[in-house]
Amino acid sequence: MELNFDFMVKYLPWYIDAAILTVKIAFFGILLSLVVGVICSVVQYYRVPIIRRIISVYIEISRNTPLLVQLFFLYFGLPKIGIVWSAEFCAIVGIAFLGGSYMSESIRSGLESVEKSQIESAASLGMSNALTMKEVIFPQALAVSVPGICANVIFLIKETSVVSGIALADLMYVTKDLIGLYYETDEALLMLVVFYLIILLPISIIASIIERRLRYAGFGN
Amino acid sequence: MEERIQLQVSGLVKRFGTETVLDGIDLCIRKGEVVVVLGPSGCGKSTLLRCMNGLESPSAGTIFLDGEEVTSDGKKITQLRQKIGMVFQSYDLFPNKNIMDNITLAPVKVQKRLKSEVEQDAERLLKRVGLWEKRKAYPRELSGGQKQRVAIIRALCMNPEVMLFDEVTAALDPEMVREVLDVMLELADQGMTMVIVTHEMQFARAIADRIIFLDNGNIVEDSKPDEFFTNPKTQRAREFLQTFAYKKRRTHTD
Repeated sequence: MELNFDFMVKYLPWYIDAAILTVKIAFFGILLSLVVGVICSVVQYYRVPIIRRIISVYIEISRNTPLLVQLFFLYFGLPKIGIVWSAEFCAIVGIAFLGGSYMSESIRSGLESVEKSQIESAASLGMSNALTMKEVIFPQALAVSVPGICANVIFLIKETSVVSGIALADLMYVTKDLIGLYYETDEALLMLVVFYLIILLPISIIASIIERRLRYAGFGN
Repeated sequence: MEERIQLQVSGLVKRFGTETVLDGIDLCIRKGEVVVVLGPSGCGKSTLLRCMNGLESPSAGTIFLDGEEVTSDGKKITQLRQKIGMVFQSYDLFPNKNIMDNITLAPVKVQKRLKSEVEQDAERLLKRVGLWEKRKAYPRELSGGQKQRVAIIRALCMNPEVMLFDEVTAALDPEMVREVLDVMLELADQGMTMVIVTHEMQFARAIADRIIFLDNGNIVEDSKPDEFFTNPKTQRAREFLQTFAYKKRRTHTD
C-alpha cells in the first residue's frame, strides 16, 4: 500500500481545525454534563418529590435514545417551535443531554455509598444538610465516582463523532469530506484514527492514573 | 452536682412500625450528673440516646434540653445539637479530612468561631489525650482507640453542655478500651453532664452517679451504682448482672 504523504501534509491543517472543534465540543459538553449530573444526582439522593420524577424521566430518555437522534431533535426539531440554535451549540447541548444522565448515575452511586453514620455524625455536630453535603458526603462520594466519571468522559469524547450528522466540521466530517472529494480513503482514515488517538490516549492514561491512586491510596496519602 | 435540670425526658415513646422500642420513659438529668444506661441488647438504650439529640423523633412524649424542646424541626435542632455532643460506636470521623480539620470543621462552619481560636482548643485537648502529633494524619491512619478519642474531642470542641456516648468502646480491642474510658472519666471529673450507654460494667460502676436499667423499653431500675451492682432491686436486673459473672466450669485434668 502506498500512502500519499503530500496529501496528508496538505490537509493536516483541516484535521487540526477539526480536532480543535471536536475538543471544544467535548470540553464544554462534558463540563455541562457534569453540572447536570451533580444537580440530578443530588436531587435523586435527597428524594426531592416531583423534581425527582422529572429527572427519572429525563435519565430514561437520555440513556435510551441515540445521540444522533437527540441532535436531530435539537437541530431540526426545535426550530419548528421557534428555537434556533447554532449547530455548535446544539452539539454541546446534545453531549450534555446525553452525558448528564450517565454522570448523574455515576455520581449517585458514589453518594449512596457514603455511610449513613457519617451523615448522623455530621448532624450531631449541628451541621445543616447543605454543609454536610458539601464537606462530608460529596468529597467522599467523588472518590467512589471518579472511575465512572472517567469512563463517561472517554465515552462522551468518542460520541462527539456523531456531530458530523448536523454538518459540523469535526474529525469525522472532514474525513468523509476528503474521501468524497479526492478518494484518498486510506490516508484520510489513517489521519482520523491518529487524531482520535492523540486526543483520547492521554486522557485514558491520566484517568487510569487517577483511578489507581484512588484505589490504592484513598484519603491520607 | 447542681440542682439545675439539664435534660428532662417525659413520657417518651418510640415505635418503629408496630414495634414499641421505648414505652413511656420519664427521666430527669441534672447538670453535671453522669448517668449510665444499662440493659440487654435491643432494650432501647441507643434509641433513647438518639432521641435525646433528635436523630430519632419521638412517637409521643417530650424531651427538653435546658428548657428547650428537642424537635426534629430543621433549624431549631441544628441549634440545639450544638449544646449536646454525641459520640458513636463506629467513631465516624470524616475520612476525607485530617484530624485537625475533623475537629475544627463544625465549630468554624456552624458556630462561626475563629479558626485560630478553635485550633487552640483542639491543641489543648489533643495534647491532653496524647494525640497532638497526629493532627495532620487522616482517620484511616489511626487505631480505633485513637479515632474514638479524636471523636470525643471533636464533640467537645463544640463546647456542649451534655455529652452522649453510645457504646463508644464496643468496637475496640480490649487494650484500647482503657484509653478511651480514661478520657471519659476525666471528663466526668470536670463536671460534664454525661449520658453513657455501655457494656463495661466495671467502668459503669466507677463513672456513674446513677445507673438506669432499661428493659423492654421501660426504666426498670434507677439507682446508685453501688446499690445497683451489689443489691439490685429487681429480678430482671439480677439476671442481667449474672450474665456478666463467669463461674469456672472447666478444670484441666490432663
